[in-house]
Amino acid sequence: MNFKLNKIIPQLATLLAVILVFGFLTYNAQVNMDNRGIEFGFGFLTQESSFDVQFSLIDYDGSHSYARAYLVGLLNTLLVAFIGIILSTILGVIVGIARLSPNYLIERTAAWYVEFFRNIPLLLQIFFWYFAALRALPLPQDTEPMFGVFFLTIKGLFVPRFVWENLDIFFYSIIAAIISIVIIRNYARKLQENEGKQLPVFSISVGLFIILPLLTFLIGGVSLNFSVPELEQMSNTSFKYKGGLGIPPELIALTLALGLYTATFIAECVRAGIQGISKGQKEAAASIGLTPRQILKLVVMPQALRIIIPPTTNQYLNLTKNSSLAAAIAYPDLVLIFAGTALMQTGRAIEIVSITMLTYLSISLSISVLMNWYNKKIAIKEK
Amino acid sequence: MNKLNFLRPNIENLNTYLYVGIFLISIAILDVTLNSFFNTNITSFLPNFISFLLPLIIGTVGLHIIRIEFSGIKNLDLLNKNINTNTFNAVLTLLIIFAVIKSIPPFLSWFIIDATISGDTKEACTGTGACWTYIKIWLNRFIYGMYPNELQWRINLSFIALIGLAFVGLIPSEKIKKFLTLYYVVIYPIIAFVLIYYLISGGAFGLEWVETGAWGGLSLTFIVSFFCLIFCFPVGMFLALGRRSDLPTVRYISVGFIEFWRGVPLITVLFMSSVMFPMFLPEDFFMDKLVRVIIAISLFEAAYVAEVIRGGLQALPRGQYDAAKSLGMGYWKMHIFVILPQALKLVIPGIANTFLALVKDTPLIFVVGLLEIVGMLNLAKTNPKWLGYAMEGYVFAAIIFWIICYAMSKYSYNLEIKYKTDR
Repeated sequence: MNFKLNKIIPQLATLLAVILVFGFLTYNAQVNMDNRGIEFGFGFLTQESSFDVQFSLIDYDGSHSYARAYLVGLLNTLLVAFIGIILSTILGVIVGIARLSPNYLIERTAAWYVEFFRNIPLLLQIFFWYFAALRALPLPQDTEPMFGVFFLTIKGLFVPRFVWENLDIFFYSIIAAIISIVIIRNYARKLQENEGKQLPVFSISVGLFIILPLLTFLIGGVSLNFSVPELEQMSNTSFKYKGGLGIPPELIALTLALGLYTATFIAECVRAGIQGISKGQKEAAASIGLTPRQILKLVVMPQALRIIIPPTTNQYLNLTKNSSLAAAIAYPDLVLIFAGTALMQTGRAIEIVSITMLTYLSISLSISVLMNWYNKKIAIKEK
Repeated sequence: MNKLNFLRPNIENLNTYLYVGIFLISIAILDVTLNSFFNTNITSFLPNFISFLLPLIIGTVGLHIIRIEFSGIKNLDLLNKNINTNTFNAVLTLLIIFAVIKSIPPFLSWFIIDATISGDTKEACTGTGACWTYIKIWLNRFIYGMYPNELQWRINLSFIALIGLAFVGLIPSEKIKKFLTLYYVVIYPIIAFVLIYYLISGGAFGLEWVETGAWGGLSLTFIVSFFCLIFCFPVGMFLALGRRSDLPTVRYISVGFIEFWRGVPLITVLFMSSVMFPMFLPEDFFMDKLVRVIIAISLFEAAYVAEVIRGGLQALPRGQYDAAKSLGMGYWKMHIFVILPQALKLVIPGIANTFLALVKDTPLIFVVGLLEIVGMLNLAKTNPKWLGYAMEGYVFAAIIFWIICYAMSKYSYNLEIKYKTDR
């Protein structure tokens, strides 16, 4: 009896405390909103937003609704996160491997890179790239093109744009190539397990991946042109690029800073993962006659990835959350558009901040659920 | 690589190869050095492309010639083992050396040689280098924010007092040692709070009141980091214990709390504290911006601290719990005297990383309009008298933050070594 009470009383007390705090806060909010004559609700999402956004992946102007503004912000956030993840992964893996190099100079250079970029606040780095480094670039009219088609100016980076015809057919052909590669791999594995024959899977895969899309160009009516940016004089002092694709300087500064900063953490994950494989594993693999490439592919990498992937996913999540710093340099991401402009216009603080937080929360939680599932799947099954 | 065995020294003819190799490497480095420091190109008679690549080629050949398995000469063996193991490594080594040589002159000239520090106005900065005059003039603002000049001794005094009081732990008296933990966990934060509340904020004892909106610069960075650091640790510890608790309600509430804060970016938390939180407070109840920010950051970081401490708790073997219980210890006694001291020792690096992240996150408080050092920089940058010196400001702030963070990480590394116990 006494034992049970011991367990129940603290639980009840905690529960009561939490309920009281929440109740108190909700009551205050109710009173405050009544006083200001605000009605809680999400009806405002369908209203006309009447503000413009500098950079958007989908069609958007002031006549669209707040819900669409939210979508624009979300897509912009995901774009930054996507580019940042690619950049930081490439750089992080290179630096992480360089940290293990037998070459003293390379090892030190990589170590200093990590120490340097890790110990400076990300916000400061974003400001540095945006306000100091990119502002030093030339004006559009003074810019020399790189390789004839890229223009890196103070107004951003201008690159040629793809102009596709029948893009969908091309797209389907790539999907078909991937599916057939998967089928062939499975078939090859079965063939090896049952009959001991080996198929040149890699060359077949590469061949399929090149030939199928190429066929669509020849017989499917797909064509690809480039629209190269050209400088156009609007007035005496104002120049503008016509055609091509303009990448705003905010996006460049943001992805650069996020990539360089997160790469230091990923480098440490990669280093820890590869160092975590004991020497005995490699020696054992070598002693049963595997080649160095096979050792790397079949013994070291599968084990190292098991150590590397969970913390690296965490870093990807951090990068996605850090991309909200975009608001500081006025890149129109979710926080700036929705928790900034939209909140200012509608004054609906509770609804908008909750939606913004819930969005980030659901991204984080869904990735960590996936991660837990993956961890369970690849965990070493010990007896 | 084995095909390249010609032109490789063996122990007999080593000397000849050594002289030729060192001669070639010196030429390569000399060429790049002349090019970078004196802007002269000794190979300008060659076509552009070849002249550009020549040092690399000569250097690689030179390193190739002196590569030998074992020579008996200590320095040569060290060189071959560390930076000259194969052709690929040799090329990378040379590239790094050349990059360093190339980047020294522009760096030095911007940073020191062409830089200006004299004078009081923008006009003093005529050189092509950095304008440190800008930093000199604004230094006061960068450190103290908008805090009135004649009252700045108050900030200095309280910081010096706090630093002095932090060293109490070094007093080698047995009487005091017993109370050290109590002192650092309870008394010290209270003293700090009182000092900052009465001395920096003022408003009592005849001191002029300074509103928190005027606080800023580096001192605000320290104040915010200091308080968040003090508050987030105990909260995080309770959350970690809650998450490991046997009681389902406590566990689920802790998990929900931790996962919520870990799932959202700090900037939205600060938005919440500035625009949404006042709606949840009773009418006529005013809470200072700075207090709201400190609460928000503390709760945010507490969730991260909790996860770190949980890692330590999980790493302890079950036997420790069983042993403590078998001695008849209750829940709290067991945790305070047996579990936590060991678990915290294990997670020193993790906690240090969290604190580092906290310090690096402080610039974000610009969202609510508080201007610590990065915010002050952005303000100074837009001053019409001092336009165009963003670079100097950011470099200055970066150096300061780097020193703080690097020192912290080195200190945590020392702590880790100091408290390492063999199991």
